[in-house]
Amino acid sequence: MKKYIATRAATMFGVLLITLLITILLVGSNMDIILKQGIVFQVRSEIIENPAISESFSSVKEFEAFIQDQTDQKIKHLGLDEPWYSPQRIGFTMYKIVLLDFGQATFLTSDSGSSDVKDIIFEKLPKTILLFTSATIIISIIGIFVGALSASKVGSTIDRITSSFAIISSSFPVWWIGMLMIFLFAFTYQIFPARATPDIPASSPEYLGALLYHMALPLITIVMIGFGSWAYLVRNFMVGIMQEDFIIAKKTIGINQSKITYTHALKNAAPPIITILALSLSGSLGGAIITEAVFDWPGMGRLYFEAITVMDLPVIIGATYILTVFFLVSVFIADLLYGYFDPRIRSSAGE
Amino acid sequence: MSNITPQEIKKEFLKSRMGIAGITILTILILTSIITIIIIPVETFQEWNNPESWITYPKTAIPVWVNLFLTEKIPEHKILVEPNIETTFNDEINLTSYQFNLNFNYDQFPKDFIYSYLLEYSGSPLLQMSVIRPDGVKLELVSTSLPHSNLKIIHNDRVFSTDAMIKKELVLQEEEFQFEIDRLSVEDIIFSKTESNNTLKGNYVFLIDFYEINEESKIIDSKLIIGGKAFGIMGTDELRRDLAIGLLWGTPLALFIGLVVSIGSVIMGLVYGIYAGFKGKKTDETMMRFNDILYALPALPFLIILSVTISNSIFVMTGFLMIFGWVGIAKVARSMSLQIKTRGYVEAATIMGQKDSKMILKHILPQLLPYAFASIAISVPAAITTEAGLSFLGLGDPSFPTWGQILHDANTFGAAARGFWWWIVPPGIMIAITGLAFVFIGNALDSIINPKLKR
Repeated sequence: MKKYIATRAATMFGVLLITLLITILLVGSNMDIILKQGIVFQVRSEIIENPAISESFSSVKEFEAFIQDQTDQKIKHLGLDEPWYSPQRIGFTMYKIVLLDFGQATFLTSDSGSSDVKDIIFEKLPKTILLFTSATIIISIIGIFVGALSASKVGSTIDRITSSFAIISSSFPVWWIGMLMIFLFAFTYQIFPARATPDIPASSPEYLGALLYHMALPLITIVMIGFGSWAYLVRNFMVGIMQEDFIIAKKTIGINQSKITYTHALKNAAPPIITILALSLSGSLGGAIITEAVFDWPGMGRLYFEAITVMDLPVIIGATYILTVFFLVSVFIADLLYGYFDPRIRSSAGE
Repeated sequence: MSNITPQEIKKEFLKSRMGIAGITILTILILTSIITIIIIPVETFQEWNNPESWITYPKTAIPVWVNLFLTEKIPEHKILVEPNIETTFNDEINLTSYQFNLNFNYDQFPKDFIYSYLLEYSGSPLLQMSVIRPDGVKLELVSTSLPHSNLKIIHNDRVFSTDAMIKKELVLQEEEFQFEIDRLSVEDIIFSKTESNNTLKGNYVFLIDFYEINEESKIIDSKLIIGGKAFGIMGTDELRRDLAIGLLWGTPLALFIGLVVSIGSVIMGLVYGIYAGFKGKKTDETMMRFNDILYALPALPFLIILSVTISNSIFVMTGFLMIFGWVGIAKVARSMSLQIKTRGYVEAATIMGQKDSKMILKHILPQLLPYAFASIAISVPAAITTEAGLSFLGLGDPSFPTWGQILHDANTFGAAARGFWWWIVPPGIMIAITGLAFVFIGNALDSIINPKLKR
């Protein structure tokens, strides 16, 4: 078992590094240009701040040469004279990122004004957790109960309604339903606010209430679209289990139908359900880029989108890294939980 | 997965109501695409983003059929192009008269009207515009002479309802109306009852006369646009584009994206998965680790990075979508081929020394085909919604009127806040219907392949 965990963990770490490498490779060439531009700008502004230096030049040529010289020095100092794809530089960047040092954002700042990528990400993450993770939890609870209910009465009206609702809701894009919900409940019937960002400062005591009120519309939308497919999934797992011999045996003994459904069958359907729950919880941390854009929710998804539109590379790399870490950790936990609930997997892995 | 023959699958499929519904919707969509490609001129597609080509259309007009449900009818936007032409000679004066008939049955005044013409003439013809109203009143609107020219020239001009000269002419005919017209706009006067300022319904005749002396002029193109607030079956957007055309062009595009991406990823996944499973051992291990890496990449963020850094052309995007589409299928295909490999007849074939390629093609692939078709159908909606999502974020190919692109424009111009439901609802419904067709087909196939779910 220990060996299994160790190999899994090692593989996950390898995957993480490769993901990071791919991200850097994709945005690296742009990053180099942006960094160098930043240095030239820095040198120029230093000169402008010190009139003494700028007055000491006799010609424009001399001035330009000085700037060039200063820039070259700085570039060399930072190791930027080597191409961005040189192993040392990529290695160094990756090393820093693995240690959660993402550097400074180029354009974006956190609400408190910090341009440290770590500050920005850890400011947005709780907002995403508040909306998407709570939505996922609500979805899974409703989904498990509705799914179990329709599995216990296969072919009934409830079962058919659940199944068709799941199929229909899964083909609508959540963000489009979001647009409709905004149109209906924020503008036509003005029940909820259209923008999900509260307009009062975060320090005031009413902030939490306002945030929850602003959260209602996106939460309802996500839950409405999400729970159908969850219910359908749970139903399908359960239907398989309900046909197993031990359930049929329990039925013949005369154990209460709902007791069989909610204790014995549900317990046996647990491993796949928990795996999916773990995966969707971690997936929820990434927020949903498009849904957050529609509702203007200030979470990870919108941060990511903003970072990409202005090409704020440190933020892109940092956010991708954090999200991949969460994803891999949850895959790992899901694996372990699966093994815990289904001993057959554990023993075969231990061989 | 079991040993069902294609005939059995077909028979079962035709029995399933869901499958039939899916196939029906899909057929309708394919027919729509074919009709669109054949009937609608390709220029509308190429000129989708060119504001010039949509200039005669109204801005954010509501669909016409809404009038069916309203008691107070909204004026329709009308582009009148085929006038009745009458030419009369009277001594030296040569009169060409163009007549536009307009049936006006609405409870609101039109927004404006524009007469645009392309005239070939020489000399200095006189243009007169007047309207004969349903109540018999004739109102003079314009009386102006065109710029003098000795040679034959082609003159392109427009008469706008906002021109001051029309208002001046109308004020001269003030005695026709029993109310103050000074402060009203031109169209509110022309289309008004004489006793009160309400719309006068009925048949209007717009007369455009060109008078010339000893010369002959020739109208090359002439149209009268009555600016309304309703247009077409689907209305128009902020950039005056006819949404019906955008939605129609979106159909073949969505089907193209969905089918190419899903077929491409299923083939890639099948080949990869079967090969890994069949080879087993080290090959399998390495191939599956590579698969794990792709599986761990957050797909949407990477798609966004790729579209921003490399290209957002629709063809490149379908390629990117494929990269993330085949991973899951490869996993399933591998475990299925692992199972099939252990079956007696496959082992027998191995012992007999069959070639690898033949084994895969003859014994393993056919077993996986039902699963392949089901996964093609099931992965189409995801491909369509992902592309629509990227377009919605503004990262799609702007030169193609996809449904996502239309929704992106709707969001940019604040359609939800301004109540332009006809701009938001239809594209989403089209996405959903297309997705639904494939989900239906996929589910029907799936329940045939995995009969356990049906019971």
